[in-house]
Amino acid sequence: MTAAALAAPSPLALRLRDALAVTLLGGLLALPFIGLVTVEEGGALAVRTRWSAWAMTLAAIFFGRLALRAALDAWHTRRPARKRAAFSSTDAVLRRAAGTSLLAAALLLPVFFGDNRYVIDTATTLGIYVMLGWGLNVVVGLAGLLDLGYVAFYAVGAYTYALLSTQFGWSFWEALPAAGALAALFGILLGYPVLRLRGDYLAIVTLGFGEIIRVVLLNWTSFSGGPNGIGGIPRPSFFGLPFARSAEGQTFHEFFGLEFSPMHRLIFLYYLIVTLALLTHALVSRLRVLPTGRAWEALREDEIACKSLGINTTTVKLSAFATGAMLAGFAGVFFAARQGFISPESFTFAESATILAIVVLGGMGSQLGVVLAAAVLVVLPEVGRQFADYRMLVFGAAMVTIMAVRPMGLLARREPTVRLNPARSSAP
Amino acid sequence: MGYALQQLINGLTLGATYGLIAIGYTMVYGIIGMINFAHGEIYMIGAFLSVLTYVLCTALGLGPTPLVLLAMLFVSIAFTALYGWAVERIAYRPLRGAPRLAPLISAIGMSIFLQNYVQLTQGARIKSVPPLWQGSLSLWSADDFPVTIGWTQLTVVVVTLIVMTGFAWMITRTAFGRQQRACEQDPKMAALLGIDVDRTISLTFIIGAALAAVAGMMAVLQYGVIDFTIGFIAGIKAFTAAVLGGIGSIPGAMLGGLLIGLVEAFWSAYLSPEYKDVATFSILVLVLLFRPTGLLGKPDVEKV
Amino acid sequence: MTPLVTVDHLVMRFGGITAIDGLSLQVPRGAITAIIGPNGAGKTTLFNCLTGFYRPSAGRILLHEDDGSERDLTRLKGHRIAREARIVRTFQNIRLFGGMTVLENLLVAQHQALTRASRFALAGLLHTPGYRRAEREAIELARRWLAELGLTAFADTPAGALPYGTQRRVEIARALCARPRLLCLDEPAAGLNPRESAELKALLTALRDAHGLTLLFIEHDMSVVMNVSDHVVVMNFGRKIAEGPPEAVRRDPEVIRAYLGEEDEEAADA
Repeated sequence: MTAAALAAPSPLALRLRDALAVTLLGGLLALPFIGLVTVEEGGALAVRTRWSAWAMTLAAIFFGRLALRAALDAWHTRRPARKRAAFSSTDAVLRRAAGTSLLAAALLLPVFFGDNRYVIDTATTLGIYVMLGWGLNVVVGLAGLLDLGYVAFYAVGAYTYALLSTQFGWSFWEALPAAGALAALFGILLGYPVLRLRGDYLAIVTLGFGEIIRVVLLNWTSFSGGPNGIGGIPRPSFFGLPFARSAEGQTFHEFFGLEFSPMHRLIFLYYLIVTLALLTHALVSRLRVLPTGRAWEALREDEIACKSLGINTTTVKLSAFATGAMLAGFAGVFFAARQGFISPESFTFAESATILAIVVLGGMGSQLGVVLAAAVLVVLPEVGRQFADYRMLVFGAAMVTIMAVRPMGLLARREPTVRLNPARSSAP
Repeated sequence: MGYALQQLINGLTLGATYGLIAIGYTMVYGIIGMINFAHGEIYMIGAFLSVLTYVLCTALGLGPTPLVLLAMLFVSIAFTALYGWAVERIAYRPLRGAPRLAPLISAIGMSIFLQNYVQLTQGARIKSVPPLWQGSLSLWSADDFPVTIGWTQLTVVVVTLIVMTGFAWMITRTAFGRQQRACEQDPKMAALLGIDVDRTISLTFIIGAALAAVAGMMAVLQYGVIDFTIGFIAGIKAFTAAVLGGIGSIPGAMLGGLLIGLVEAFWSAYLSPEYKDVATFSILVLVLLFRPTGLLGKPDVEKV
Repeated sequence: MTPLVTVDHLVMRFGGITAIDGLSLQVPRGAITAIIGPNGAGKTTLFNCLTGFYRPSAGRILLHEDDGSERDLTRLKGHRIAREARIVRTFQNIRLFGGMTVLENLLVAQHQALTRASRFALAGLLHTPGYRRAEREAIELARRWLAELGLTAFADTPAGALPYGTQRRVEIARALCARPRLLCLDEPAAGLNPRESAELKALLTALRDAHGLTLLFIEHDMSVVMNVSDHVVVMNFGRKIAEGPPEAVRRDPEVIRAYLGEEDEEAADA
């Protein structure tokens, strides 16, 4: 036995030493960025010190590390080697209850907040992110393909509608399928060369593609209006009835004999995104229990085994990729119609990252989780500007943490697509 | 002719930067079989550290001398290497043996975190520093077009050559280089032979980060302006360079970097500077489509 | 016995290494063929060539169709071998879809038939009677194999949560659901306890006798090899060193040398 082992330090001493070491490293890392800052002064850069901020960071690291260790140790001692539980049926019941109440809340929201523009607007934004999250969930959560440029397909949809409506007078409903199809086509064209290769290549190519779409939209001014974007995009009408105070034909409020209110259009838009999102949900849930969806999940689990069973993995990947792209295209059409104006600024990598964070935090593959994660990510920045600034920082850190703790996401509990004995829950 | 020669020089100096970053991608890929998505941010951090050191030196009254250059190199490498180490430790090591998607996502998370961390701590505005030394060396005049190489460009070329020589020596001649290559070929066997695989992987990240730091310093020297977003595009381009050269191959990364630099310089000069990023991206897709192993790469046999 | 598959002067090189060096053999129809040989003899590489994971450097792999025609498998793309030649395999290191239930694993194996029935998801989305029937049939096929392999109780359990021996059986059941003509098993007895090993022997024989399948398997467990196989091929250093009925192979001096090492080597060691 070595001397070190004989004089075994107490757990507390060990923890303190560990926390000190981490603080030392963290302090070194933070020194040039938190402790020092370059600021512009009289046309040249100067260095300012922020020792108090640095000291606070050190303290935060030290106590954070101590708390983390303590929590981890408690977790390990308390948890008796828990076996991976089989799918329980109570879990499914809970999930269904949560889903139903969320749906009811979504449908009833305008009844209670019909005159609150802010609430309806935020809820509509949330609806867009939920739809995008569900779309990306097909690609990342089900098929296990990392798409880092998802916003590109969203942009394809938005610009398709913007151009078709302003240049050729297409209506929202006419442009919707066209934009979805075009986005899917882009997905296939981009996916085909890359999907035969390893997953990491797909990630970086989609990352590049997202950026390229933005560069093209910025520079191809005659096509996309460049940085000025495209304005005057027609708003969707209620089956031909416009939401205006007055128009050539009949307007919405005239037809229904209502007092004109700008809220009508907002509430209509809200219900429109709820409908689109529900359709997305229905499509994805149905696809999941079809051979296509099962092949997506099988692909995520083991690509080689898929090949050995005669599955053409390229086709399966392409179908997932195209489905996700199409859904983003739909969401893009809605976005353009809602804003009335679009520009490349809405389609940056930060958007892709946000959508990815929603899928990852929500538990890859979980539809309910996406809603909850989207709610957190969209509503929290509204709560305080402070949080809005730190939003992406927190997303990034959360993605790293969740992968280390629960790679399948916080809520991920997979519900089987089919049961041999549907009556009883399976307890082996 | 003179114009073309000038582009050649510009392209090669630009390519040297890409090559240095690309080596980090290729080394990490070689040893853990994954793309280090945070590598572009590591380069950006290196550039910020260079600016910080430069400004500090100026404040201390050190003029633009080779001493400042050395200080920038040293500080930038030291801290960036530490960041590289931390990335591996936090985003990759806990996920050994996790499903493939997990480390990819955690590395992307790391990249998002680092970018926003620098934005929040150092501000979103562009940082600009005056050139370390001005003037240029007139090489010759062809077709009445004077071909010049700026002193900073010359510095970039010289530093790259020195760093590359040192790096090549380390990979081929030192114990670490041998261990690194052994882990690339067969980590399990390497472990059985008593090589500390974890340590070797850590060192790989550290060295990759150090080279990215040098590249970051180059960017500061050449352009004098940086901001927190530069890692994103540079990362994609350097990755393209690594793929073009054949991922996993170190000479390939350098070659790919130079080629990408040349393509970018010539594209900007003769076609359209706005679409230079589109050009590099197209190269990435074309290479993946027609020659996924790159110029100098080995075919990747799927392990069944 | 007529052959189902003929391997003809097969060569597989990786860089400078020749893993298979001019191998020729025949897999007799309706029989159990075992491939044995020391580690690194090229057995799994042969499987990878046979099932389309590797494209051989030279040589042919011929499938003899029922109508007497021949088809060169080295020209088929990987996934089409399972689909069209109906050669399905298992893996030495089990490759199940761990997060999915056993039943789901078995349905993925019937992807082709189900996808066709779902009219590439369209009929499936509309939930047409035709698709519902196809799905019922697929579940029925899965149920039959689950019952035959004693896995019914685990049907709704995630495959990754099962014990090792059970996972091996699930992998075989999954391969069977792909309706193979030739079933290739890579070390099916590895890691099994004696009881499971005995069950495996019974299963292999039943697959041959009751279901008329052709089987090819790699195995190190000699009791399994000697008990169930009709034909044994012995490989070493990428070549075939012997073949024949188990009894004959067991006595072959070349085989004994390959397994026990050269006499002079022994002397050198001592």
